[in-house]
Amino acid sequence: MAHSTAGVITLTVNGEKHTLPVDHRTTLLDALRERLDLTGTKKGCDLGQCGACTVLLDGRRAVSCLQLAVAAEGREITTIEGVSDGERLHPVQQAFLDLDGYQCGYCTPGQICSAIAVIEEHAAGWPSAATADVRPEAGPPPLTADEIRERMSGNLCRCGAYVSIVQAVAQAADAEGAA
Amino acid sequence: MTTMTGTTATAAAVGTGHTRVEGRAKVTGAARYAGEIPFAELAHGWLVLSTIARGRIRSVESGPVMSMPGILAVLHHGNAPRVTTDYTGLLGRPDPTVAVFQHDRVPCAGWPVALVVAETSEQAREAAAALVVRYDDEPHDVAFSAGRPGTYTPESSPRLQAETRKGDVEAELAASAVVVDAEYTTPEEHHTSLEPHAAMAHWDGGRLEVVDSNQGSRWVAEDLAQLFSLDPASVRVRSEHVGGAFGSKGVRPHQVCAVMAATVLHRPVRVVLTRRQMFSLVGYRSPTAQRVRLGADADGRLRAVDHQAQNLTSTVHEFVERSAAYGRVMYDADAHHTVDRVVALDVPTPTWMRAPGEAPGSFALESALDELAEKCGMDPIALRERNEPDRGPVSGLPFSSRNLLACFREGARRFGWADRDPRPGLRREGRWLLGTGTAAATFPSGVAPSTAAVTAEADGTFTVRITAADVGTGARTALTLIAADALHVAPEHIRMRIADSDFGQAMVAGGSMGTRSWAWAITTAAGELRERLALGGGIPPEGITVRSDTTEAVGALAMRERHSFGAQFAEVAVDVSSGEVRVRRMLGIFAAGRIVNPLTARSQFIGGMTWGLSMALHEEAVRDQASGALVGADLAGYHFAANADVPLIEADWVDDTDNDDPIGIKGIGEIGIVGAAAAIANAVWHATGVRHRHLPIRPDRVLLAVGGTGGAG
Repeated sequence: MAHSTAGVITLTVNGEKHTLPVDHRTTLLDALRERLDLTGTKKGCDLGQCGACTVLLDGRRAVSCLQLAVAAEGREITTIEGVSDGERLHPVQQAFLDLDGYQCGYCTPGQICSAIAVIEEHAAGWPSAATADVRPEAGPPPLTADEIRERMSGNLCRCGAYVSIVQAVAQAADAEGAA
Repeated sequence: MTTMTGTTATAAAVGTGHTRVEGRAKVTGAARYAGEIPFAELAHGWLVLSTIARGRIRSVESGPVMSMPGILAVLHHGNAPRVTTDYTGLLGRPDPTVAVFQHDRVPCAGWPVALVVAETSEQAREAAAALVVRYDDEPHDVAFSAGRPGTYTPESSPRLQAETRKGDVEAELAASAVVVDAEYTTPEEHHTSLEPHAAMAHWDGGRLEVVDSNQGSRWVAEDLAQLFSLDPASVRVRSEHVGGAFGSKGVRPHQVCAVMAATVLHRPVRVVLTRRQMFSLVGYRSPTAQRVRLGADADGRLRAVDHQAQNLTSTVHEFVERSAAYGRVMYDADAHHTVDRVVALDVPTPTWMRAPGEAPGSFALESALDELAEKCGMDPIALRERNEPDRGPVSGLPFSSRNLLACFREGARRFGWADRDPRPGLRREGRWLLGTGTAAATFPSGVAPSTAAVTAEADGTFTVRITAADVGTGARTALTLIAADALHVAPEHIRMRIADSDFGQAMVAGGSMGTRSWAWAITTAAGELRERLALGGGIPPEGITVRSDTTEAVGALAMRERHSFGAQFAEVAVDVSSGEVRVRRMLGIFAAGRIVNPLTARSQFIGGMTWGLSMALHEEAVRDQASGALVGADLAGYHFAANADVPLIEADWVDDTDNDDPIGIKGIGEIGIVGAAAAIANAVWHATGVRHRHLPIRPDRVLLAVGGTGGAG
């Protein structure tokens, strides 16, 4: 063959380095699921439309089905398997569990990764389409239900658990704010 | 040792909120779904679907593809193992769509024509894209419209009547002081479970093992045995976690493909459908065209109810969306006529989708009731009170319980209905016109024979085995609570094992019948086990197991009208300059039997109501007449409600018990969607003064209706 279609890459996932050979076409999502057996990150559409494959790349949320694994080298990848503190659930995980912020559970890891980033984005003062006053000096807007709905709309839930998801994100944000 | 049964007082588990027993696994990503269980030597199958809507396959040119890296096989009608669809399974005759690669005929766009199997999914995907399939194209017909040629009334069965008739509808309409005669349509809608269908099949010591995502592992196992002419005992299907189903996860092409490939290649094969493939392979809700005629006296008493509904099916299988069945339970009249008609087109076969029949049927009839209330100058709730039947309007049978009016009373109180000005188009808040609407809801409460095994373990715990499925309903948790109460122990002492066809015959997760059917079997076995344990004596190391079979008990149930009921309320805001409709709040009050787990039950009701919102405003699959395929068959082209579309939705319930059921369950999976779209459409009328009889209520439809009179197009 005139050119190589595979290579060896090193991915840093949940603080651990993994060196693995990959087909260059392999998405980060497939590398996580099929090669590293980290199946908590879900494939809902493989088209960047549903958010089920959301992971954190250097702390920011990203849909891993639209990332090639080879392009994720050198970045800190955090998946649902890496968000808890040992046996202690992340406040967002705990809130989803307590408030039934899910039904079938398939969109849940993506929702939780997204929510963790939402709370950080909000705390950092990032506005959303639901923010009334977007001037930098206005500071972070109140994290209202409408703000959460807007910011979480990249993560589809077909079971229709949005009402509880919004409540769970609000509760987790309160818990983190109080911590 | 002796068991704690009867010696430990425990609070009743049923009726108190419990988080899901598999909840921790779901929020940590530890829960493995069908496509996520690793197997040594696993090969990957990728389906190739037809690009024409009707015709014949001239050739599948697999030669070039077979020489691509990693390709193991290309299965098609010329080389695939033979299967038979000449049988009647648990849920009737199979849809021939599952008999993949058996002939060269293409009856719809997106029909399976080949399966490429490779060492990796990337290789399989590339080869599937490269595979050249040549067709002899024939003209197709996918045009669905009311009363189009070819429409027929399907044959009735004793359980499912296509048409019911009582009295003289035309005479009663002529004698009515007030008449509503309107046509309603609902579009093609898709289940779109977040988890795509996935199955892994392999042969293990003469047994076929399938790891699947389905609504009934025994159902799938028995059908696979029939399809491949195998001894049923040699097929095992498991489905531990299921990422949503809604009616779409039965016997489907992916399982059959996986079994074929595993059989040919003698190694494990996994087949996962892509999101786009799901739009033609797993069923959908047929579009409907419905005509409703209501005739009433001036005081609102119904003299005539006529509901004529039409849906489509494929040319290979008849599926009837029974929209008109809704009124057979809800409203009586001197003359009563309901009929569901169907037309076969060159499309994939539709199937059950959450509240099949009741979801579109309630949109039409509950909208028409609202129109009648307007014409009579009556409050919509008062109109329903006036027409509350004391027996089944068509059957004449008594209701096991019917607490519809209690739902309306409680809902009206909590929603603030009493203060409502009934006149439309009066309330404005900036650019928004505001309105409120209501609708009734009902869904059958059924039960089907099931078996269960309950084991008292030597360590004092109990293990329940039943081929139940938890598709996100919370069934696993509900059954744990039921078993705990039946055994008089705390839920922590119950090990609930489900979704394994080896556990025996059981109802599928469908028709809002799963939890009721399974709970009955578990309660029966647990009761007998308690009696056995009360005799004293030790528990051997293998435990003591009692099995149950509810066939006889279920068969002995008296004939009754058994249904859940509900009252839906919605408040909307309509921007007549952009056409946008926003739902501001929804409230649903349900009379749906005894509620086992309030935490997860509320999620079920709210989930259903969210579907109703989505049906009212968003969901619409558009079929291109030229290609016969869907336009934008993905989650961008097919929008269902996202988080920002959904306001605070509240759901609650009133006391309602079916005394003929050992636990009092009625089933809650589907009633949440019923009536919800009508409540929203009725609220849009209240806001704007315009009736929207065609779903979804898109911005362009709102804009076109502005300034118009009567119904929107």
